[in-house]
Amino acid sequence: MAAAGPSVFLLMVNGQVESAQFPEYDELYCKYCFVYGQDWAPTAGLEEGISQITCKSQDVRQALVWNFPIDVTFKSTNPYGWPQIVLSVYGPDVFGNDVVRGYGAVHVPFSPGRHKRTIPMFVPESTSKLQRLTSWFMGRRPEYTDPKVVAQGEGREVTRVRSQGFVTLLFNVVTKDMRKLGYDTGPPDTQRASGPSPPQGLPR
Amino acid sequence: MNPKEEKVKIITEEFIENDEDTGVGRQKKTSKVARQKRKKRLPTAGPEEMVSESPHLGHQQEPVQEDSDTRSLSMTSRRGPRSLPPIPSASRTGFAEFSMRERMREKLQAARSKAESTLLQEIPTPRPRRLRSPREKELETEFGTEPGEEVQRTQQEDDSQSYSRVKFRDSVRKIKSKPPVPPGFPSAEEAYNFFTFNFDPEPEESEEKPKAKNRDGTNQEEEEGEEEEPPVQGEHKTVFNTTMDEEELLSAKDDEDFLLGLDHRAEDFVAVRPADYESVHVRLQMEKELLFIPSRLTVPTYKKLPENVQPRFLEDEGLYIGARPEVPRACQNIMENRLLTQEPGRKWFGDDGRILALPNPTKGFPSRPPILTREQDIKAELETLYKKAVKYVHRSQHMIGSGDPPGNFQLDIDISGLIFTHHPCFSREHVLAAKLAQLYDQYLARHQRNKAKFLTDKLQALRNAVQTGLNPAKPHKSLDTTQKAINEYKSEIRQTRKLRDAEQEKDRTLLKTIIKVWKEMKSLREFQRFTNTPLKLVLRKEKVDQKADEEAFEAEIQAEISELLEEHMEEYDQKMEGYRAAYQQWKAWKKAQRAKKKKKKQAVEEHPDGEVEEPYPGEEPVKPVPPEPTDRALVEQQVRERAARSRRRPGEPTLVPELSLAGSISPNEQCPRAEVLRREDVKRRSIYLKVIFNDKEVSRTESRPLGADFRVHFGQIFNLQIFNWPESLTLQVYETVGHSGTTLLAEVFLPVPETTVVTGRAPIEEVEFSSNQHVTLDHEGVGSGVPFSFEADGSNQLILMTSGKVSNSVSWAIGENGIPLIPPLSEQNIGFRSALKRADAISSIGTSGLMDLKKLAKWAAESKLDPNDPNNAPLMQLISVATSGESYVPEFFRLEQLQQEFNFVSDEELNRSKRFRLLCLRSQEVPEFRNYKQIPAYDREIMEKVFQDYEKRLRDRNVIETKDHIDTHRAIVAKYLQQVRESVINRFLIAKHHFLLSDLIVEEEVPNISILGLSLFKLAEQKRPLRPRRKGRKKVTAQTLSDGDIKVLVNVIRAYDIPVRKPTASKFQQPARSSRTFSEKRAASPTTHSPTHSADYPLGQVLVRPFVEVSFQRTICHTTTAEGPNPSWNEELELPFRAPNGDYSTASLQSVKDDVFINIFDEVLYDVLEDDRERGRGIHTRIERHWLGSVKIPFSTIYFQAKIDGTFKIDIPPVLLGYSKERSLILERGFDAARSLSAGSYITLFITIEPQLVPGESVREKFDSQEDEKLLQATEKFQTECALKFPHRQCLTTVTDISGKTVFVTRYLKPLSPPQELLDARPNDPQATAELVARYVSLIPFLPDTVSFAGICDLWSTSDQFLDLLAGDEEEHAVLLCNYFLSLGKKAWLMMGSAIPEGPTAYVLTREQSHYLIWNPCTGHFYGQFDTFCPLKSVGCLIGPDNIWFNTQRYDSPLRINFDVTKPKLWKSFFSRSLPYPGLSSVQPEELIYQCTDKAAAAELQDRIEKILKEKIMDWRPRHLTRWNRYCTSALRHFLPVLERSRGEDVEDDHRAELLKQLGDYRFSGFPLHMPYSELKPLIEAVYSTGVHNIDVPNVEFALAVYIHPYPKNVLSVWIYVASLIRNR
Repeated sequence: MAAAGPSVFLLMVNGQVESAQFPEYDELYCKYCFVYGQDWAPTAGLEEGISQITCKSQDVRQALVWNFPIDVTFKSTNPYGWPQIVLSVYGPDVFGNDVVRGYGAVHVPFSPGRHKRTIPMFVPESTSKLQRLTSWFMGRRPEYTDPKVVAQGEGREVTRVRSQGFVTLLFNVVTKDMRKLGYDTGPPDTQRASGPSPPQGLPR
Repeated sequence: MNPKEEKVKIITEEFIENDEDTGVGRQKKTSKVARQKRKKRLPTAGPEEMVSESPHLGHQQEPVQEDSDTRSLSMTSRRGPRSLPPIPSASRTGFAEFSMRERMREKLQAARSKAESTLLQEIPTPRPRRLRSPREKELETEFGTEPGEEVQRTQQEDDSQSYSRVKFRDSVRKIKSKPPVPPGFPSAEEAYNFFTFNFDPEPEESEEKPKAKNRDGTNQEEEEGEEEEPPVQGEHKTVFNTTMDEEELLSAKDDEDFLLGLDHRAEDFVAVRPADYESVHVRLQMEKELLFIPSRLTVPTYKKLPENVQPRFLEDEGLYIGARPEVPRACQNIMENRLLTQEPGRKWFGDDGRILALPNPTKGFPSRPPILTREQDIKAELETLYKKAVKYVHRSQHMIGSGDPPGNFQLDIDISGLIFTHHPCFSREHVLAAKLAQLYDQYLARHQRNKAKFLTDKLQALRNAVQTGLNPAKPHKSLDTTQKAINEYKSEIRQTRKLRDAEQEKDRTLLKTIIKVWKEMKSLREFQRFTNTPLKLVLRKEKVDQKADEEAFEAEIQAEISELLEEHMEEYDQKMEGYRAAYQQWKAWKKAQRAKKKKKKQAVEEHPDGEVEEPYPGEEPVKPVPPEPTDRALVEQQVRERAARSRRRPGEPTLVPELSLAGSISPNEQCPRAEVLRREDVKRRSIYLKVIFNDKEVSRTESRPLGADFRVHFGQIFNLQIFNWPESLTLQVYETVGHSGTTLLAEVFLPVPETTVVTGRAPIEEVEFSSNQHVTLDHEGVGSGVPFSFEADGSNQLILMTSGKVSNSVSWAIGENGIPLIPPLSEQNIGFRSALKRADAISSIGTSGLMDLKKLAKWAAESKLDPNDPNNAPLMQLISVATSGESYVPEFFRLEQLQQEFNFVSDEELNRSKRFRLLCLRSQEVPEFRNYKQIPAYDREIMEKVFQDYEKRLRDRNVIETKDHIDTHRAIVAKYLQQVRESVINRFLIAKHHFLLSDLIVEEEVPNISILGLSLFKLAEQKRPLRPRRKGRKKVTAQTLSDGDIKVLVNVIRAYDIPVRKPTASKFQQPARSSRTFSEKRAASPTTHSPTHSADYPLGQVLVRPFVEVSFQRTICHTTTAEGPNPSWNEELELPFRAPNGDYSTASLQSVKDDVFINIFDEVLYDVLEDDRERGRGIHTRIERHWLGSVKIPFSTIYFQAKIDGTFKIDIPPVLLGYSKERSLILERGFDAARSLSAGSYITLFITIEPQLVPGESVREKFDSQEDEKLLQATEKFQTECALKFPHRQCLTTVTDISGKTVFVTRYLKPLSPPQELLDARPNDPQATAELVARYVSLIPFLPDTVSFAGICDLWSTSDQFLDLLAGDEEEHAVLLCNYFLSLGKKAWLMMGSAIPEGPTAYVLTREQSHYLIWNPCTGHFYGQFDTFCPLKSVGCLIGPDNIWFNTQRYDSPLRINFDVTKPKLWKSFFSRSLPYPGLSSVQPEELIYQCTDKAAAAELQDRIEKILKEKIMDWRPRHLTRWNRYCTSALRHFLPVLERSRGEDVEDDHRAELLKQLGDYRFSGFPLHMPYSELKPLIEAVYSTGVHNIDVPNVEFALAVYIHPYPKNVLSVWIYVASLIRNR
């Protein structure tokens, strides 16, 4: 091993959880955390965060704006296990219990630059109608044991989910030494940064 | 084109003019207004408008105007919400030419006035808002995201209000309605727009299209010159004034500045050009030049063929060309068009004018890319390497219950139904109907094949070929070949014709027979005046064109005649030839004969008989008859005769028979009695089938009534699970008549399906059967095997046998994972396959083992397979592939043949890569690498030593390493255990990745009524109750945890009966001034064990100062020091927990082998003050701690129990020098003597893990068993019954043995004799023997199953396996002990229950004369039933060698229950009167064989352990010198065997005396440790935990002695005496 430690590349992500669209719900807050592979290590910034509670805007858009900043830097030796951000949105139900309103995950964009991502959110479904009723009544909706489950594929076949809404995220990605290690993530696409990036084929 | 162009010019001029005219209005109104008015006019003048615009747009090639007008126009058109597309319409152009100019002018005028008027009336509409919105948005975004820029801009403008104005405008517009504006002036809003546009002069914005567009009015203004400026400005001003009135927020001064700024900065403007835009039209035009789009229209055939060639349709010529692949017509057209344009070579088209196509476009043979011959090295790379297949070594020998049992195969037999073709109950009509149906089926089959037609076509084609061959169109062909071909053709024609005639004749006879039978049937129906069958034959006549038909017929006849004639001629010629030759010969012979005769005549006198004899009797030639020339008329007659016989007469309509079931059956009333009887008889009959497999009945169908149509529908599928290769498969047809007997009608033999026939692909087949039974019936039924006749006179008798068809299908089932459940080939019968090979070659293509294509091709060539026969098409293709020279069919099949192309490095190189290897190993979850973090990016950064451990382990797998284990036997066992563990772990690694819903989703249980009620009740309950209830802690699943999250909490509460310091020690000791203990100092006069000695302690609490130290994973915590022998600490200690490799998965946690050591020490303070004079001024003491005892609790126990709460016996060494036990206390405090029975010290602890972890669910697998099914059912029943009554009591009936099979538990219990050595030790003391045996059992090391088989299941090994492995958990110990006790003649039971700290465990219960004893098999201790300190806390069930008793008493504590198992009210027994004990054989061996342990090996081991431990102690004291006192060591070494002999009892005093005598000068603290020997690590841990090495007195010396006492069967008892000595000065 070289004296300076193994060669790594750095991935700096900042941005924000901008807003969400949950047409039916209000007063939501969100949590985020990063899921990454074994070769990754956060070097700076916060891996997890919990936002303020936000209410719907009063206009037609009814957007729930958090503008909750994300700022984290990772180092890694291997693009395998590229970090994913996992979002979970919570809000009160009719009885005032905090229930989950959506889970979603997306990979941190690979290429440097400014990226806007809209993530569709989903929640696990109750196993039966009776369960649904009681969970609604008791305010204990089905939840994932760990929100990080949504970042992995394993074991998902046993669950059923329903889609809920969308969360829009903004990433500014900076990488260092990727090319040096032989990983080419495409030309730095600064042109597109200012314009609205396509929202991944999702309705805006 | 000239006039057109001119017009365009004019019109554009018009526009310019218009611009100029309306310049002011237009520009300041912005183009939007114009658009608006146009749009508003649209409904009234739609078409004209379009026309008016279309020319401009249509002729944009005009170079001059393009920039200024058309573009702006097109831009406006684009920007506006117009729906009319600006596509030039060719048809309209002519119309547009009409006085365009006039019209345009008019319209523009009208438009202008209209716009003005609309402007006047303009009210705030949503439209302008929509138009502006993009720009607004833009501004907003800019504002939001680029604040810097914004600041800059505001600075430029030196007035930030201009911005607020922009924004304000919206609100103004919203709030206020528009005031009327004078005509000709723009509205305030538009003016505003205009201004705001002007006042954003940012250079970078020129790139931004929407703005640029919005400003284009301004641009034009600039382009058009300066003279326009002043008026515009003037107007601006006025307009602005009006706006100013409204916008009170803005100061007038600002506005002035604003305007002035505009005036001055006009030249500063960047020239803003309209955005580049190409209209759709232009783009299309350009695309047209660049792109070629082939037409979709059908290409006429003549284009595709060479000139003057008629398309030739091979199919019409009777040649088989196969079905072309289906391509949509349009695609085909496009392709054809493209081919014609791009490659006019026409090589793509066949003779029929269509694209050449193979029937099956997939290439029949595997292809590889062409090898570049130029470069040889490339070829070398492409060369494939042959690698011998490596057989996967299945490690099943260690597997427990590995995989599926062999021979789990399934045969699906689908029996859909049965049809009788004859049945005794058939009436005559039925017989005929069956015959008719059969004939009709035959007819249909023939019709479908239509062989006659095919042959006719072939004949036709051959004739044509001959024709073309005779008149060769292509003269270049050599005549020879043509002639040869023609001859071949001719012979072929002959053959074909014969075949055809035969076929046609057959067809015709068949048709005739059908008609005949139908007629018979009709007459029969008429005769008997009722109908029995619904059959009805309809002959449909198909009219034919008489004339054409006749002509065709005649032509055919003629052709045939001519051919025949030709043939005859040939024949005649040949015959003539032959005749001539023969004639010549004959003549010659004649001559010779004559000569002979002459000779003979001369010799006749001598030999009268000789004349009769001919010299060559066989060669007597007959005079050849000259062949007759064929007569044309004769031939013709023959042909015609044959034609008449076999062919339809010309003009005769084609008859198509159609059989239907449309007829009606006469109801019963209309039938005669005999018939009614018959029908009733039929009704009474029912049929069922038996399925016989390998001559064994395996199943049978339901019994189904026979229908009136003699069909039976079953529709049943039988799934046969088979073990053997099927040899025969038979269906037996049984018939039941009424309620009487059942008769076997027939047997149907079904073929065993090919291995390729699997369910879903097997066709339904009909298998015929017939029976030879004779049945005569007394009603209308014709019977079976009985002659009957249709004729009235009884002639023409028929004998019919019962027969029928079973429709069925047999196939191999497909397993759940898609694998057909077919026995492997090797199991198949050889005879079966050889039989297959003899069968038809074609039908066996594709079946297993028949793929020799070369032979097939040879066979095909030999048998002259018709390549044009559709039946042979796949075969011919196969052969063509096989025989084509260019490719060979490899003998192997390669998957992913192009894979090598994609390999960027070779496999070797890839394997050499350390990084790749590391990644692979990690993904395989190899333990060493499971959680390896940050695999370096480069190979060079990976150090070799990373792999060292792993490689070593791999290497060592088969090498028995004795270093760690010291004795070989244990090394072997450890290795074996390791292998078993690995295989089991591998097996369950997959199961680990199998998730349940509960693993992923937290969901509340559906509450039942009681919980609902409770929760409703909860609503009413107090929010803060006075007596809060304890709530269960939330359990945490393991995977989310990381280092430091888990803590082990140890609550040390109190202890009882701690040994106290014995002041007697000092009696033998010279009181040393400086190093006396405090206690000694105070105990001025040392006394022996006298009750008075308590007086020696004036303060009464310095008997002992104990504290507790808890060490876990080398983390040490200790409590404060308490005083006295019964201290109470009540302290909580918190120890962090680290999982191995940071892996907090359940499996990993379960396999944590660490123990929690709870050590009790005595804190001793020594005064180290050198000088008594200083005593008053300072305290100089040294703290020493003396180990008193320990409790060891495995982490796995804590993990599974979640909490451990109880009082534990402290493991106190048998000899504790300087300390004495309770005796004095007993006397002192007057404890009753019963207490001393359970002599020992106890500590009360509460241990738990925070947060609470969910213990891993053991994988409950249904293991297969060799137990009787009934017994297994009974066990399940017993267990559920017990669980229902007492859900928390352990009930055990079946266990899993080491090979993974379920075994009934009593089979483990069987008297087995202990080693003779133990029995001989105390022959006349049974109790002592029992204790010795228990001790022996407890010396076998303890290894919990959960550690070895992480979270899987409890495996029970038999006693011999246990002794071989020398490791096991409570069950094994208990079983062995119980077996020993049984052999000793005791009454002994296995007792399942729960104890502390083990949790659910197994103890042994023995019955002595009057009382019961409870034995802990792992420690060898025994307890009386009423011993309060018995660790066993509850009893679930007792297991004897022949029964199981479940505890049904109210209590389960051993103190409170009755152990009399004969009382059924107290103990529910498994075997009872209803289920007697069946006499189960034991799984234990007949007897245990004990080898004597090698004493020498034990001695060697002893030395090695001693050496290692000494080294370790030195290692633990890195900062101090470690001296060894050899004298003491040898003394200790002598003493240890004594301890072993006495098992650590009652030796203390002697030993003490002896030691003190020997080591008078030293202060000695030390103790012997006793352990069973498994491996070295626990010994080291135990020594470490005593903390002997922690003494840091400078002149300390150490002594360590090890003694190993070997017991039979390699059971070793290890004694370690460790001591520290301090010399007294």
